[in-house]
Amino acid sequence: MKKNNIDQKRRDFLKLGFVAGSGLLIGIHLPGCTEAANQSVSTPEIQDDEFKANAWIKINSDGMITVTVSHSEMGQGISTAISMIVAEELEADWSKVRFEMAPVEDVYKHPKYGIQWTVSSMSIHASWDLWRKAGASARQLLILSAARFWGVSVNECLAENSTVIHKPSSQTINYGELIDKTDGLSLPENVRLKRPDEFKIIGKSVLRLDSHEKIDGSAVFGTDVKVPGMLIATIVHPPVFGAGIKSLDAREALTMPGIKNVLTIETGVAIVAETFWQASSAIPSLNIEWEKSDNRHVSTRQLFKRWKKLGAKEGKVFFEEGDVKPVFESTSRVVEATYDLPYQAHATPEPMNCTASVTKTGCEIWVPTQNQKGAQEIAARITGLDNEQIRVHTTFLGCGFGRRALVDYVGEAVEISRKINAPVKLIWTREEDIQHDFYRPATHNVMKATIDSHGRPTAWLHRIVGADVFAQAMPKVISGMMPDSTPRFLKNMATSLAETFLPRIIAGKKAIKSAGPLPYRIPNVQVEFINDDPGIPIGWWRSVAPSANCFAVECFIDELAAAGKRDPYELRIELLGANPRLQHVVRKVAEMANWYEPPPNGTHRGIAAHDFQSTMMAYVAEVSVNDFNEIMVHRVFCAVDCGIAVNPGNIEAQVISALAFGLTATIKSSITFREGKVEQGNFDDFPVLRMDEMPRVEVFVVPSNNPPTGIGEVGVPIIAPAVANAVYAATGKRLRSLPLRLDEA
Amino acid sequence: MPRLRINGDVRDVNVPPDTPLLWVLNEQLGLTGTKYSCGISECGACTVLINGEPVLSCGLPVSEAEGVDIVTIEGLHGPVADALRNAWIAEDVVQCGYCQPAQLLTAAALLSTNFNPSDEDIDAAMSDVICRCGTYQAIRKAIHRAAGEIRHEKK
Repeated sequence: MKKNNIDQKRRDFLKLGFVAGSGLLIGIHLPGCTEAANQSVSTPEIQDDEFKANAWIKINSDGMITVTVSHSEMGQGISTAISMIVAEELEADWSKVRFEMAPVEDVYKHPKYGIQWTVSSMSIHASWDLWRKAGASARQLLILSAARFWGVSVNECLAENSTVIHKPSSQTINYGELIDKTDGLSLPENVRLKRPDEFKIIGKSVLRLDSHEKIDGSAVFGTDVKVPGMLIATIVHPPVFGAGIKSLDAREALTMPGIKNVLTIETGVAIVAETFWQASSAIPSLNIEWEKSDNRHVSTRQLFKRWKKLGAKEGKVFFEEGDVKPVFESTSRVVEATYDLPYQAHATPEPMNCTASVTKTGCEIWVPTQNQKGAQEIAARITGLDNEQIRVHTTFLGCGFGRRALVDYVGEAVEISRKINAPVKLIWTREEDIQHDFYRPATHNVMKATIDSHGRPTAWLHRIVGADVFAQAMPKVISGMMPDSTPRFLKNMATSLAETFLPRIIAGKKAIKSAGPLPYRIPNVQVEFINDDPGIPIGWWRSVAPSANCFAVECFIDELAAAGKRDPYELRIELLGANPRLQHVVRKVAEMANWYEPPPNGTHRGIAAHDFQSTMMAYVAEVSVNDFNEIMVHRVFCAVDCGIAVNPGNIEAQVISALAFGLTATIKSSITFREGKVEQGNFDDFPVLRMDEMPRVEVFVVPSNNPPTGIGEVGVPIIAPAVANAVYAATGKRLRSLPLRLDEA
Repeated sequence: MPRLRINGDVRDVNVPPDTPLLWVLNEQLGLTGTKYSCGISECGACTVLINGEPVLSCGLPVSEAEGVDIVTIEGLHGPVADALRNAWIAEDVVQCGYCQPAQLLTAAALLSTNFNPSDEDIDAAMSDVICRCGTYQAIRKAIHRAAGEIRHEKK
């Protein structure tokens, strides 16, 4: 699609889409244009020369195939992967495939969660068959139309490379020539899907479809959105989380160049200006008195002291196998340790932002979000408009990591636009982004185990003290899971009930993920959770609970191996006897690292493994410690089994990406609170891994014909234990809190 | 009124002289490939080339950017840039892409003076630009690939 193909009528609609190689596609919907506002969002744009086979596939007369992508592209490569899966069954010419982002529509809901969003490494796993069927039925429709056109039997025709071929006559016709020959035909159902050995695209390392626009500066992220008449806003949130505004004096700010407005909104104080530079420069001139919040006493130092006391007592049991108590009472070989995990910020490179244009009859939103439905929902709540009056355009995301599954920034932009009666682009400063995140929760972990005379664990207790992400976050997204037709008051009631009761009902259930059940065969296991939520805002952070739990589990397994004088690799292999897929990747990674040979000069090895939603992964890290007690990670080996590897090159890239993300939390940064305020504020005191700190990574993807599982998060949780276990091998010191600091040990 | 030379064009911009170059490029001139991420010269997302050297534009007042040659990602052209872009695609470097303009500009500065950089040279030159996606290993490979292509062309 090119700009000049958009006819005048369609110019009335503001539209933002991504087409590989052609950059931004934009039409204009000016505020007050009721036609646009009344237009149902469930009608994606179709060009005159385009044939829409189904919700996922459009083909034009030139044979260009546009795949509609229902998941946010935040770097993980989903736009290429969905396109590959559709193209595979469509028998498409891959060089003619491009993608665009889906609007909000029921058909694009995540089948597992019932809400249109991108979370939990679940996109391909949950929708793989859906996309294959979409491709296969469209292919069959094209074959039917060709057979009818030629007047031949459909059984004599096949499709390949965007062409239908009539075998007996060898005549061919391209998909583009067939799009006006489908009249009266309906999409065939129950079309046979390919066997893995028939795949031509899936399983090959296919280059990303979004590279070109990301290397010439034309890719449109949220911060790049431009809307006619748009003003720019930034926001100041209460420094102590949860504090309200007592008084605001913006007189000085309002005299500054370009400042249009300063207003109080639900979550803070917004400054509206002609440019972001003007808006952010006015922040220091604001005189805001915040109300005293009880949270002003919250400090992470005190919190860990409290959790240590709480952890000395029994918690609520969330997973149990066998009975640990008699074993602990009768055995003398007991090993105990505690592990502390800090709060973590997402620190996406693109700060939180959203552009909104609210009129009496409609609302348009352009936003880098992982939660399109949530964006529509919060806008509906704030404006009082119906869901179908709210259009959400998803831009590229400058990372997401789960932060963008929450939509607070969308609500802010919508509220500002409504109040100033103009389109507005809200961009948070980096400081606001770091200090007003929904953090990976901190936890205190109490570990206790017994080992037998062979060094095998016989009983295992893991007690987690802290808050549960789902208890805080689910009420925020629950209304998006309800049908659009649900009256607003019922949605509000459900949200309010969820806030009151849901935490008590669900706290702990998902907080123990990767702590129980364990992949290891241990006869007696008990996993407890002590719910103590200090109110610090928490959210989903790439890999969620396992990012913390795996550190405790995989380091403690190492401690047990040392206590029982067992090789940590061999002990894992023995305990994984009933889990052949994970056992295989552990063997593989040891082979890659030459486990039984001495490591390269001056380095020491650590190993860690886990099963993340049926993706199996193991790392071996080669680490050294220098004279300044600094930990350096030189090389990491990885073996991973994620079922069918849709795009093996991208799987390798995701593993390395997750490893780098986890390594920042392992050796560099954390979030701490003092007097209710976050102590960090930018990349100077929340440093992110740089190139000279990046280890060499070798990834082996296990060949498989099992359905694909997830890959975006699995590489995060086990890098910290792999490195910590290597530090133990190097120094004999067990580091039991993150980030790893030898000078404090 | 500051007068700037950007991507070969002369542009007069009507902003106070202390405005950081980043915001002149990004907001006044619409060169949005130059990104805001930290605003304190820590992350490198706002990198541009000034007289061929990488400079973090969020910390540079526009008044100090007069009389020099400024190149942004939109104006990065020539044999080195072509070799780098080809290598970036071939090595499938990008992920979210937010920092990639800055990575490419920094790599272009490196390769304009060093056709055969070692891993250490690359690390030293590239460590000013944070990539939260962790594409560093692919960037190293792509720079080696581009350098090889440039050396081959020069033979």
